[in-house]
Parts: sequence; C-alpha cells; structure tokens
Amino acid sequence: MIQVESLSVFYGERVAVQNATLIAPSGTITAIVGPSGCGKSSFLAALNRMTDLIPGARTEGTVRIHGQNTYGDDISPALLRRSIGMIFQKANPFPLSIRQNLQLALREHGVRQRPELESRTEAALRDVGLWDEVKDRLDQPALRLSGGQQQRLCIARAIILEPRVLLMDEPCSALDPIASAHVESLIQSFKGRYTILIVTHNLAQARRLADHLAVFWYEGEAGRIIEQGNATELFDNPQHPTVAAYLAGQRG
Amino acid sequence: MNSETRNDRLSLSFSRRFGPELATVLTGIPALVVAGMFGWILADILYHGLTQFSWAFLTSAPEDAGRQGGISTILVSTLMILGITLIIVVPVSLATAVELAERRSRSVRFDRLVRRSLDVLAACPSIVFGLFGNAFFCVYLKMGYSILAGGLTLACMVLPLLIRTSEQAIRAVPDEYRHAAASLGLSRWTTLFRIVLPAALPAMAAGLVLSIGRALSETAALIFTSGYVTRSPESLFDSGRAMSVHIYDLAMNVPGGNPRAYATAATLLIVLLVINGIAVRLTRIAGLTLNPSLEKNH
Repeated sequence: MIQVESLSVFYGERVAVQNATLIAPSGTITAIVGPSGCGKSSFLAALNRMTDLIPGARTEGTVRIHGQNTYGDDISPALLRRSIGMIFQKANPFPLSIRQNLQLALREHGVRQRPELESRTEAALRDVGLWDEVKDRLDQPALRLSGGQQQRLCIARAIILEPRVLLMDEPCSALDPIASAHVESLIQSFKGRYTILIVTHNLAQARRLADHLAVFWYEGEAGRIIEQGNATELFDNPQHPTVAAYLAGQRG
Repeated sequence: MNSETRNDRLSLSFSRRFGPELATVLTGIPALVVAGMFGWILADILYHGLTQFSWAFLTSAPEDAGRQGGISTILVSTLMILGITLIIVVPVSLATAVELAERRSRSVRFDRLVRRSLDVLAACPSIVFGLFGNAFFCVYLKMGYSILAGGLTLACMVLPLLIRTSEQAIRAVPDEYRHAAASLGLSRWTTLFRIVLPAALPAMAAGLVLSIGRALSETAALIFTSGYVTRSPESLFDSGRAMSVHIYDLAMNVPGGNPRAYATAATLLIVLLVINGIAVRLTRIAGLTLNPSLEKNH
C-alpha cells in the first residue's frame, strides 16, 4: 500500500508537484496520466527518493510505503530503493552481460550462493517471458538485445530483488507496438503481486491496465492531481471539465 | 536602389556561381598542405632513419657520443622515466577526474578553481615545467639530475591532459546507468567501479595513450631534470637520457651525429604511430560500448 499525503516536489524555487495526495492499495495498478511536464515523473521519483540525485531538489509532505515513512530519519535510501522497483522510459540495462545485469544488485545485497543466484536469475527471466529467448546467451552483452527485450530485462532486474512496489515511468513509450503490447501484458500479469504505479501517455493503455486513475494537470507552474478515483468510473464519468475533455481526447 | 543592396546582390550571385568550387579550393588546399607536410616529415625521417635501423641498433649501447652503436641504454632510460610518470599520473588523474565528474554536492567555486588550474597548466610551455622540475625536484628535493626527477616532471606536465580526457570519458557515460544503479539500491562505490568506470575505460585508455605519446616526445622538460648521461641508469636516482633528448643532442651538439639521430627519430616515430593507432582503436571501442547501436554499421 502506498499512501502519499500532501507531497510537494521543488527544484530550487520551482514547484514541480504541489500537494499531491494519493492512495494505492496493495496489489493494484494505478495509472498516472496527464500532459508532459506536469510533474508525473517528479511525483514518481519522489516516492523512492530518486529526487535525492537531482541537485537542488527537495520534497515536502509524507510518503508511506507499506507503513514505512520514505522520508523518515532512520531510512536508508539504498535499502528503500531495493524494495521499490523502478522502470524507466528508456530501457537502461547496464553495459554488462545479461547475467551480470541481473546478479549485480543481488550480490551487492548479500546473495552469494551460486545456486541461489542462478535459480533467482532464471525465475526473474521466466517472470518477464525472456528465459526461452536468452537462456543460451546469458553471458552476452545485454545491449545486444532488442529494445523490447532490453525493457523486459530491466523489469526482470527490478523484480529479482523481490520488491513489493513497482514504479514505471512510461515503460512502453519508447517501444514499437508489438514490444509495447508484450510489456503491457506483462504488467497486467503482475496485478495482485505488486503494487504498481505507472505513468503513461497512452490513455487506452491506462484504461486497459488501471484499477485506479490519477490525472495530473498544471495549475500555474506547478503540477497537481486534479482528479482521481476508480479507473472505470473516472473514464465513464469524469467530474472535472478539464479531465472530461482530456479523457475524451479533446485536450492534452 | 542604393548601392549597398546592389553590392549585396552582386556578392550573392558571385557566391552562388562560384561558391561550391571556391569553397572546395579554399578548404582543400590547406588540408592538402597539412597532409603534405606530415607526409614529407614522415618520408624524410623514415628514408634517412631506416637505412641505419637494425635489431642491433635497438640492443646495443651508444658509442662515440652516439655516433656509433645503438640506443639500448636510451630505451631503458626512456622506459624508466615513462614508468615513473605513469605510476604517478594514473591514480592521481583517475581520482581527480572522478571527483570532478561524479561528486554530487559540488561547490561550483572549487570546481572552477580546479578546472582553471588545469587549463593553465595544460597551456604551459614544457620548458616551464622543465625549469620548475629542476628547481623543485632536482634542487629543492635534492634528487639531482635523475630518472625520478624527470619522471615526476613529466607527470606534472601530462596530468592536466589526462585529467581532462578522463573527466570527459566519465561524463560521457549516460546518466541512465547511474539512475538504474540508484534505483536498485547499489552503493555509489559499486556504481562507480562496476558500471561507470568500466563503461568509461576505453575512452580513458585512449586519453592515457595520447598522454604517453606526449610524454615520449618531450625534450625540453627532460633536459633540465633527467639529464644527458648516455649510460644505463642503475637506479631511479641515476641520470639517464630519454630518446627525444638523444635526438636533440645528436642533431645539435654532436658533429656527424645526424644519421643516428635520424635512426632514433625513426624509432620514436614508429612507436608514436603505433601508440596513435592504439588510441584510435580504443576510441572506436569506447564509441561502441557507449552507443552499441553503432555496432551494426561496422
């Protein structure tokens, strides 16, 4: 369960996200939609403290993931990020072999036994439907894979650490339609297993995937959640006029 | 119509009519001149040098002030000086480049100070490094004319170049890798040593190879620091003569030394060409590791 309360994200003086409040129940998929530059990615990055990496960025408000306060004093960002998988718009496997891509973080987090490393590698690759495609070339560079395969490898790399939450920042937008459909059905299959927040520009995809929908829009310079709720209800009966126009494909 | 616009039209039509041909001639001739000069120097040195060149030349000591014999002791001195330089320069430049490229909470002022210093150092004539090395290493630190003083002086000289190329190599590693690493909870240490530095390695190696080339061809900084003595150095505190100094001495101070100077120059030239070839290869590999999609085109 992800509970976000009055979260604001600042880059220096600029407000990127203002007062965002959102609850994502365990095992559900929440789609975050809205026009570019209205703070969706910043919102996502604030949840696992990736904003720490950006000079001048700071956050206000509280984020609780499975009851644990993300910005608590006793929280180590590294430990936190280990339990929250993140998938980026552009597939970003390391320039290492497929095997090393999956095992580097596992080793760092204390898994040293070869049988366990290998079995978890196989399990993660099977989960993303990549095992049969790559089982004979685990030691080849991951960058030789196709774009869709690379993105699925990145998903495998995230879930091999057994996170409970997956944050996905437009995971399909850089893929061709076939690879995109592949990744989408993968995300569908994750329902119930992970709590997923997915930023997407593809409203049809949001409608197919999401249990819960949050619409971001800008008010002035800052991004805000202007409407949220059950995805089906919101698509069928939006209250906010901007959201109605956006979801009907007339704006944004 | 005033005269100015008419002139504009005239010049426009002139450049339209003759533009492409003129541009080809204007840019082509200087390019040919540059290539021609390189070819001339190369041909001259190899023509005069290779007639003297033999295995024995590389393996025997110089005799009669270098007019006879070979350059074995010179090669030994050169390699020792280069060794000292590399031992100092590699760790220092690596650490500085990482500091400049990777530190997150950076003080802009400190960075600017370091970069300015590097730029000024890189632009310094090598003779200034020679005088500094002489005053500091030879005299103040009492090393005398020695392999050690020469190597340390060359290290100071090569450092700015190597730091800048290494920093650029590290910066060229895409941020996506760092973001992926952070999102997996990898430590900064692991991120640096397992991901960023390996990805930057080919480009850093290319910078290193260029620096070695620069160190090998240096004369002015070494005359004042590692000295002239042609015999083989027995320790780092012995004086020794580098190849470039040997060429200078034979050509300028030893009557009848020209043939052997040519042969030494040919040797140095071949080494530098090989080093350059390696640098080009490494740069290409660097491009491939950072942009693997290019691979299909080769």
